[in-house]
Amino acid sequence: LKKKAALVSRLLSKTKCDLHKLEEGPPLQAMLSREEGLQYYRTMQTMRRMELKADQLYKQKIIRGFCHLYDGQEACAVGIEAGINLSDHLITAYRAHAYTLTRGGTVREIMAELTGRRGGIAKGKGGSMHMYTKNFYGGNGIVGAQVPLGAGVALACKYLGKNELCVCLYGDGAANQGQIFETYNMASLWKLPCIFICENNKYGMGTSVERAAASTDYYKRGDFIPGLRVDGMDILCVREATKFAAEHCRSGKGPILMELQTYRYHGHSMSDPGVSYRTREEIQEVRSKSDPISMLKDRMLSNNMASVEELKEIDVEVRKEIEDAAQFATTDPEPPLDDLCNHIFYNNPPMEVRGTNPWTKLKSVS
Amino acid sequence: MASLRCFLRSGKNAVTAVLRREFHGTPPAAVQVTVRDALNQAMDEELERDERVFLLGEEVAQYDGAYKVSRGLWKKYGDKRIIDTPITEMGFAGIAVGAAMAGLRPICEFMTFNFSMQAIDQVINSAAKTYYMSAGLQSVPIVFRGPNGASAGVAAQHSQCFAAWYGHCPGLKVVSPWSAEDARGLLKSAIRDDNPVVFLENELMYGVPFEMSEEVQSKDFLIPIGKAKIERQGNHITLVSHSRMVSLCLDAAAVLAKEGIECEVINMRTIRPLDAEAIETSIMKTNHLVTVEGGWPQFGIGAEILAWIMEGPAFNYLDAPAVRVTGVDIPMPYAKILEDNSIPQIKDIIFSVKKTLNV
Repeated sequence: LKKKAALVSRLLSKTKCDLHKLEEGPPLQAMLSREEGLQYYRTMQTMRRMELKADQLYKQKIIRGFCHLYDGQEACAVGIEAGINLSDHLITAYRAHAYTLTRGGTVREIMAELTGRRGGIAKGKGGSMHMYTKNFYGGNGIVGAQVPLGAGVALACKYLGKNELCVCLYGDGAANQGQIFETYNMASLWKLPCIFICENNKYGMGTSVERAAASTDYYKRGDFIPGLRVDGMDILCVREATKFAAEHCRSGKGPILMELQTYRYHGHSMSDPGVSYRTREEIQEVRSKSDPISMLKDRMLSNNMASVEELKEIDVEVRKEIEDAAQFATTDPEPPLDDLCNHIFYNNPPMEVRGTNPWTKLKSVS
Repeated sequence: MASLRCFLRSGKNAVTAVLRREFHGTPPAAVQVTVRDALNQAMDEELERDERVFLLGEEVAQYDGAYKVSRGLWKKYGDKRIIDTPITEMGFAGIAVGAAMAGLRPICEFMTFNFSMQAIDQVINSAAKTYYMSAGLQSVPIVFRGPNGASAGVAAQHSQCFAAWYGHCPGLKVVSPWSAEDARGLLKSAIRDDNPVVFLENELMYGVPFEMSEEVQSKDFLIPIGKAKIERQGNHITLVSHSRMVSLCLDAAAVLAKEGIECEVINMRTIRPLDAEAIETSIMKTNHLVTVEGGWPQFGIGAEILAWIMEGPAFNYLDAPAVRVTGVDIPMPYAKILEDNSIPQIKDIIFSVKKTLNV
């Protein structure tokens, strides 16, 4: 018999949560119900398998261009979503497949977008870095550009008065961008309901944090913005911190900054083997000691909240879902050629678009 | 002279090499060099030649370059000359311009020119205009280089061609090499030039090998900025292009030759200053013009060339309106079928040539 719910005392990566300009932080204990646990497990496992399948398809050249994989960081995406509502808003950079999933996308339409098919979430026109859903603003290719965008979404939230907020994510590499500091300033001045989240996976492409940042205390870099630093490999830590941050924003106190310490198993992208600037031992160590899925699994098993067989069954279901999605993604046809010039303008009458030469006139509808 | 150079290069085996050469009278030692290696060697030689030259950009040092163009340079020259920057284009481009103002000769790499948009104020307002604003007091000897234009499957934010944007601005020199020889000679010239030079490479060309003659391999081989090259002679029509599209023009010309149409293919090499004279001379011979570029049509390279021709002496030699082959006027889509149809293909060039020649 499984417990319906269990009080789980949360380890905060062996140290307490680090606070900046905050009197108190998120609670040190969290309730995890069996239902929640199983759902988090399933979602993280789905993300993991989806990314690994993308790796495979990329190596088979069925996925092209850029492909930045998220495996290792699952607790961040799932934990954040668990701390907000679907009616809240979220924006991130290019390592975005997992967020597309938590924000309402299906594995099928994500994978079909990666393979560039008409059933893709952006009809095949965006690719890996440009996936969108309701209240999810991508998927952004230019490092740091998504941060002012996120604050802008937060401005709209405040303006429209619906008690919504915006989660605005960026990486340790982006954290040094000037536009982020411009955004901190305005978000703070105008008390925008914006949770800035730095996913610190220790490397900006091939450059370690020590070589890129004069201060690697990313949770303090907001200066006048209160901040907290949290173990991004522990999904409960992420969830509780997000809830705490959301409460801060919704109470009208303005923005808050969260640093999630996390790790990516893959290189920066599929064209980066990921071992020229870090050791295989380091990667292996994180996998064996801090894997977010393993940690949740162990916690659930040791608290008698699920059985090994149950979790194995979820694994099997997830595997099947990924296989089905991959099957769809590899057999769905490419977009039709007459979609080439569509979606240039919104709410516009149909117009003519110049093709590659003056005799080729193509059609564009909104 | 050739044998002396050979001797110096070969070291231990010098004597046998020299003897071998004199004895068998072998032709000059041409080698196959990729565009990437040509760029690498040019930078290496210029770093060696002038201590004030240094390279900065993202992943240029310890990673050997995002596209491996700067491979081996950090190992050879160290932290002082090859500098890894954080992902902060506006900042490091400004730093590079400041260093150039104070007497150094920086090579500022943008991982792609798409990211140069974050720094474009420094390129235009701080680099390009300063010599003029200071009435000759302050020069800015800097090179901004990196891949430009479409790649393969990198979608809208990573595929834009900036030739027209930078070509628009007085005070900048804008260069767009095609072959390994172009890459080598033009990069050396750019680094030695005392003015800001925007050096537009192409990611899809990096791995393409070209034959490089011994003359081109020499350390002082320079290609003058502002001079186009005729890659293929022809009498019936002039094709003008830059960067990767030169390859397509040559392929189209080969197909058309089988039908008796001889194209003259001009490789612009430089966007600004534009070698209008080379184009005009060609048109006076062929009476027909088609320009080919990967970028968008409006206010683009082809548009500029056509305007020059309209305003210049070659207009009266045209037997048909001059025409542009360009990328499609849309953001770059991701799906392969859409991407393939967003940029000029060989068939588009052939089609435009035939329409212009009315055949």
